[in-house]
Amino acid sequence: MSTTTISGKNLIESKLSQSKAIYRHEILAGEPWIRELRKGQYFRIVDLHGNQAVDTLFYNAHDYSDRYSAQDTIQQQRNIYLTAGTKLISTAGTVLLTIVADTCGRHDTLGGACANESNMVRYALEKRHMHACRSSFLKAITEWDHGMSKRDITSNINFFMNVPVTSEGKLTFEDGISDPGKYVEMRAEIDVLVLISNCPQLNNPCNAYNPTPVEVLIWDSAL
Amino acid sequence: MYMSATPNLWEETIQPGATWSHVLKRGTALRVVDLEGNANVGAIFYNFECPVERYNMPDTLKAQHIARLTTGFVLYSDMGRILLSVIADTVGWHDPIGGTSNVHLVEKKYGLSTYQESRNDYPKNGRDSFLIELGKWGLGPRDLVANINLFSRVDVSEDGSMTFVPGNSKAGDSVELRAEMNVLAILNTCQHPLDPSPKYEPRPVQVAIRQVPVPATDDPCRISRPENGRGFTLTERYFL
Repeated sequence: MSTTTISGKNLIESKLSQSKAIYRHEILAGEPWIRELRKGQYFRIVDLHGNQAVDTLFYNAHDYSDRYSAQDTIQQQRNIYLTAGTKLISTAGTVLLTIVADTCGRHDTLGGACANESNMVRYALEKRHMHACRSSFLKAITEWDHGMSKRDITSNINFFMNVPVTSEGKLTFEDGISDPGKYVEMRAEIDVLVLISNCPQLNNPCNAYNPTPVEVLIWDSAL
Repeated sequence: MYMSATPNLWEETIQPGATWSHVLKRGTALRVVDLEGNANVGAIFYNFECPVERYNMPDTLKAQHIARLTTGFVLYSDMGRILLSVIADTVGWHDPIGGTSNVHLVEKKYGLSTYQESRNDYPKNGRDSFLIELGKWGLGPRDLVANINLFSRVDVSEDGSMTFVPGNSKAGDSVELRAEMNVLAILNTCQHPLDPSPKYEPRPVQVAIRQVPVPATDDPCRISRPENGRGFTLTERYFL
């Protein structure tokens, strides 16, 4: 695993005990996960094996058209990286969640999610059949059965991914800075719907071509 | 090569803080001219025939490994197709990451004013401007996605911090976007959300449409990188 030194990291550990979590679930590589969080609940994602991309979208649980906005989030904090202290902002300007703990230090929200079609562009036309995050998103929202569609799939967060932008305006995909057991934790500031695709990408060295499981945990409060 | 001008089919001015939309037909190009300098044009693009296919910021950035737009780059939809190609540009840097303003930001920066008070000079914000113009095509908040900002530049430093670069575009600067599909273009001339100027001072731009040749096999946007070659293939297949 990488020990790359990065600037701007803001490592804050959680005080929450795993034994007090009200929910724990391991999301296998290539699987989606969808669940509501109530206002005040704490939500942790653990990178069990290191450098796994956790493609994540958030919605106002009472109005799915008010949803996570990558641009509003980075614009408000004037920084492209998400870490402890970052407020995750919706398209309507609502604070959906706040990142309260982070032992990785940097998460991406410019790289988006893989799709059959973007894989064809990025890698080869023959890659269309390969499992992709946006297929997982579509499967999950169909099963959720609350009227969501592709219109609701928008630019996501890639927890544990390192996608720097250079001063010349280049977007680069660097070696991961996460390691086994690193985690990010958020507090829900309103009732939110969480939609995750645990990324199945096999064409990108960012996860050492080896997608792995992650764990999600929920606490009712910080007590 | 693109400057061998075919005549404009039509042209018009988008006033400061105004909204605009049009279906750019495949085989035409939209030229946008910064009339006074320091313009900003927020823009989102859709496949007119199926607007759930729309401009995708991450797919555009990661296919080309860019966080800026200029000649030779293309704008991808979320379906692996190229909506528009940047075929000419005198600016060198257009912003794809900074996003748009909303009513809260505009009130905080420029103060509250109403139409009653200021008539058509009341401060406009980008989000509402997008939603108004989207609404005219039966689209709404679920269709609002990450936008680009023509004529503006946001630098990112090593620690990730974002800085708006004033004076990026001069009077007379222009950019030309060739439509590779039938593209619904949703535009507004609201100021960039990271523009540090405390003065509400949106700028006008001119838009002009003309017919252009289909992209050749050696088209600069097509051959700029292998990803774009595949993007053009997928786009051309859509019309077969």
